[in-house]
Amino acid sequence: MITQVGHDPLDIALAVCAMWLVLAAASLALSHRPRALRALFVGGAAGSFLFAAAGLLALFAPATHTTLPLGLPQLAFHLRLDALAAVFAILFGFTALAISLYTAGYLRHEQTARIARMAGQYHLLLAAIGLVLLADDAYVFLIAWETMAWSSYLLIISDDHMVLARRAGLLYLITEHMGAIALMLAFGILQAGTHAGLAGYAFGVMRETTLPPALASVVFALGLFGFGAKAGFLPLHAWLPEAHPVAPSPVSALLSGVLLKLGIYGILLFTLELLHAPLWWWGVLMLVLGLVTALFGAIYSAAQNDMKRLLSYSSIENIGLILAGIGLTVLFQAYHMAALATLALMATLYQTLNHAVFKSLLFLGTGSVLHATGERNLGKLGGLIHRMPWVAALLLIGSFAAAGVPPFNGFVSEWLLLQSFLGATSFPQPYLNMAVPLGAAAVVLVAGLAAYVMVKFYGITFLGQPREAALKNAHDAGFGERIALLLLAGGCLFLGLFPAWTVDLFRPAAAQLIDPGAARDTLEGHVLFCRLHAATHADYGPLIVLGALALVSAALVLILRRLAPAPLRRVAPWNGGHDTRTARMQDTAEGFGQPIRQVFAPFFRMQIQRPAPAETAPVYASRVEDPLWYALYLPITRSVCRMSEWVALLRRRRIAIYLLYAFVTLIILLVLAP
Amino acid sequence: MPLFAQITNLLAALFLLVAFAMLAQRRIVHLINLYALQGGILALSIVAVGYGTHQESLYLSAALNGLLKVIVIPLILYRLVRRLGLAWNRENLLRVPTLLLVGLVLNIFAFDVALPIAHLAGTINRDTFGIALASVLLSLLMMIVRTTALTQVLGFLSLENGLIFAATSVTYGMPMMVELGIALDVIVGVFILGVFFFHIREEFDSLDLHRFDRHEE
Repeated sequence: MITQVGHDPLDIALAVCAMWLVLAAASLALSHRPRALRALFVGGAAGSFLFAAAGLLALFAPATHTTLPLGLPQLAFHLRLDALAAVFAILFGFTALAISLYTAGYLRHEQTARIARMAGQYHLLLAAIGLVLLADDAYVFLIAWETMAWSSYLLIISDDHMVLARRAGLLYLITEHMGAIALMLAFGILQAGTHAGLAGYAFGVMRETTLPPALASVVFALGLFGFGAKAGFLPLHAWLPEAHPVAPSPVSALLSGVLLKLGIYGILLFTLELLHAPLWWWGVLMLVLGLVTALFGAIYSAAQNDMKRLLSYSSIENIGLILAGIGLTVLFQAYHMAALATLALMATLYQTLNHAVFKSLLFLGTGSVLHATGERNLGKLGGLIHRMPWVAALLLIGSFAAAGVPPFNGFVSEWLLLQSFLGATSFPQPYLNMAVPLGAAAVVLVAGLAAYVMVKFYGITFLGQPREAALKNAHDAGFGERIALLLLAGGCLFLGLFPAWTVDLFRPAAAQLIDPGAARDTLEGHVLFCRLHAATHADYGPLIVLGALALVSAALVLILRRLAPAPLRRVAPWNGGHDTRTARMQDTAEGFGQPIRQVFAPFFRMQIQRPAPAETAPVYASRVEDPLWYALYLPITRSVCRMSEWVALLRRRRIAIYLLYAFVTLIILLVLAP
Repeated sequence: MPLFAQITNLLAALFLLVAFAMLAQRRIVHLINLYALQGGILALSIVAVGYGTHQESLYLSAALNGLLKVIVIPLILYRLVRRLGLAWNRENLLRVPTLLLVGLVLNIFAFDVALPIAHLAGTINRDTFGIALASVLLSLLMMIVRTTALTQVLGFLSLENGLIFAATSVTYGMPMMVELGIALDVIVGVFILGVFFFHIREEFDSLDLHRFDRHEE
């Protein structure tokens, strides 16, 4: 299909990683030249393009290995670019291309010192992400993983004069550290299982080894925790809504679009690749966790009034759907139902790619709004469609995609996910047969709520009248930003209109992880159609849907034109024909979210302040808080504090006492030694 | 019992005696003298073991230990003491008799612990391992009870002597690389500590540890 151009895709990808590192170093040398610094981002974008191209080449070539003469004496860096990594390389390269271009324009008005810092940290982060995807042994994987964690931490706190940014950054860093510890333990157990010494850290050796089920389950649990800290599903989600609002918008886009997906990549790598013989209850666990996370994210995002918090809860919701998809894949795989497993995996990967594209688009769009208005609070926005037509038009596409409206891309993956849920009727366990299709209901509920959230997000921000006088001065996004938004919106349209081609991207990964035969037969189609399987008759033709939609709307417009007798003149009642509507009469963000808060009240920890009837300056305020924060995070924090107080009792602040501790320890050990 | 074995035992006894003396000595200059003496005894006993077992590498180790611990480090310490003006300082040391009694108990304990380990060793001077262990413990005790930074460093150096002595008695010394490494560490450590003492004194006007216990954090 695509001819080999004479270069190994892995070499290209590696060269791009090296280039990003060079760009990071160059930011130090150019720290006083803002234009050159912003040009670095354009260079980074070119690198991202090449990285995506390398991923595309690698999809249709056999997996390639190489070793670098770096690392430990008996463990050189093993690198490999296989089909699974290639899918994520395309996702990462394309998203990073848009984000880099956007950043080049976005930082136009920043201080030079800050641009320099961000340029260095940003390109370091890109290189680390690239290396995570290429890593083929635990050592280089963890190095890249940790580099990714702290360079993204630095980017999150790059507004470090904000106390909130530092607190959110700390929460993120601690969560990531806990995750990394779990990953180290998991890799340690995997390596011990290979009985191959240092060479056992290479993924190639781990793929050959099958652990006993109990040990494999421990590795799975540790891996789920470790990668979950990155992906942000339910008990580990708390850093997301804190970190996203305080991070600069391109960083939020990268976090939500790419970094979360690396957690997904890690879970796929662990469950289907390194452990390669999943147990059925792993799938059930991930399915339940994913659905709960998705519902939680959807409900909470409907209650948010801060643009970026709303989007970050929506990211949690999408990660939940993706995790549910993985759970379903693992469940099918455990029962050797290859065709359904392939379908579920493709739905998962589709959802992952979609979310990366539309969520980056939305976050970058909020960045432009933030730049133009200085406001994140939905209650102070409105009517921006007149001031920022470009951003409004492109974000409309992103919002449709996020809402799962056909013919945009969000619909395709939700359709595929629903189909794989509904196909699950032939498990050997009757309970599963009854329970799993119920998951489809949860997915539908989540999709509905997601659409509601997007209406709120888009409607309150762009439609209606400006709620503040200052919004009259808002300006549209600059050139670089527009290009980036166009790219991502184009991506949404492409993924939505050509599902048959998109699915071809996932076929090699499905062949690698599940079964080549099933990967070939599932989801065949051509440009117009996408058919699930030869046996079923579920088809989806987005171009046909688009055509039908266009016809119906054109017909509706014509009919309404014909039927409408005369141009309407709107006059307010009881007003003598004068128009006194003001911006304050519009529905507010709180008002729009009120029904959801009412319906799902038991799920929230809510504080509502209602004005007394006689108050002359009535204030209505509601605060929605995360109950898990109080139920889980704060108790952990308190117990850690208490333990450190106990430890502090040992500290007497005298050198002689410390020496005495060493002395007594030595004596005790000597007594115990025989 | 062959002559060199008797000599080894004698030297070991002297080594322990010096360790006790260091525990009780108040004046810093005398303490340095005792340290040099201990280093000399260590070097001599390594020579004796080397003669008895015909291992030439031990002579090199002895020469190195002698050079470092009898000449170089004491010279550095003398200069340091002179420049810090501590030459005839007399340290407050409470309850010397109690201290010596505690030392005695440690000694018995060390011999008790060392017995099974010494049985495992195949060396001719394995009986001296108990002494080596006892002197290590005595040095640790000295570090605990001393109150000035300089004397604590002396305790540390004497502890290192005890370790080398233990190594000689159980396995005829450590591998040459390790021993060279330790020697280098000790010499570098002494230099760095010398620099630090000046800084500490500038900061706190004293080398008395009580003064900067509070500032530790």
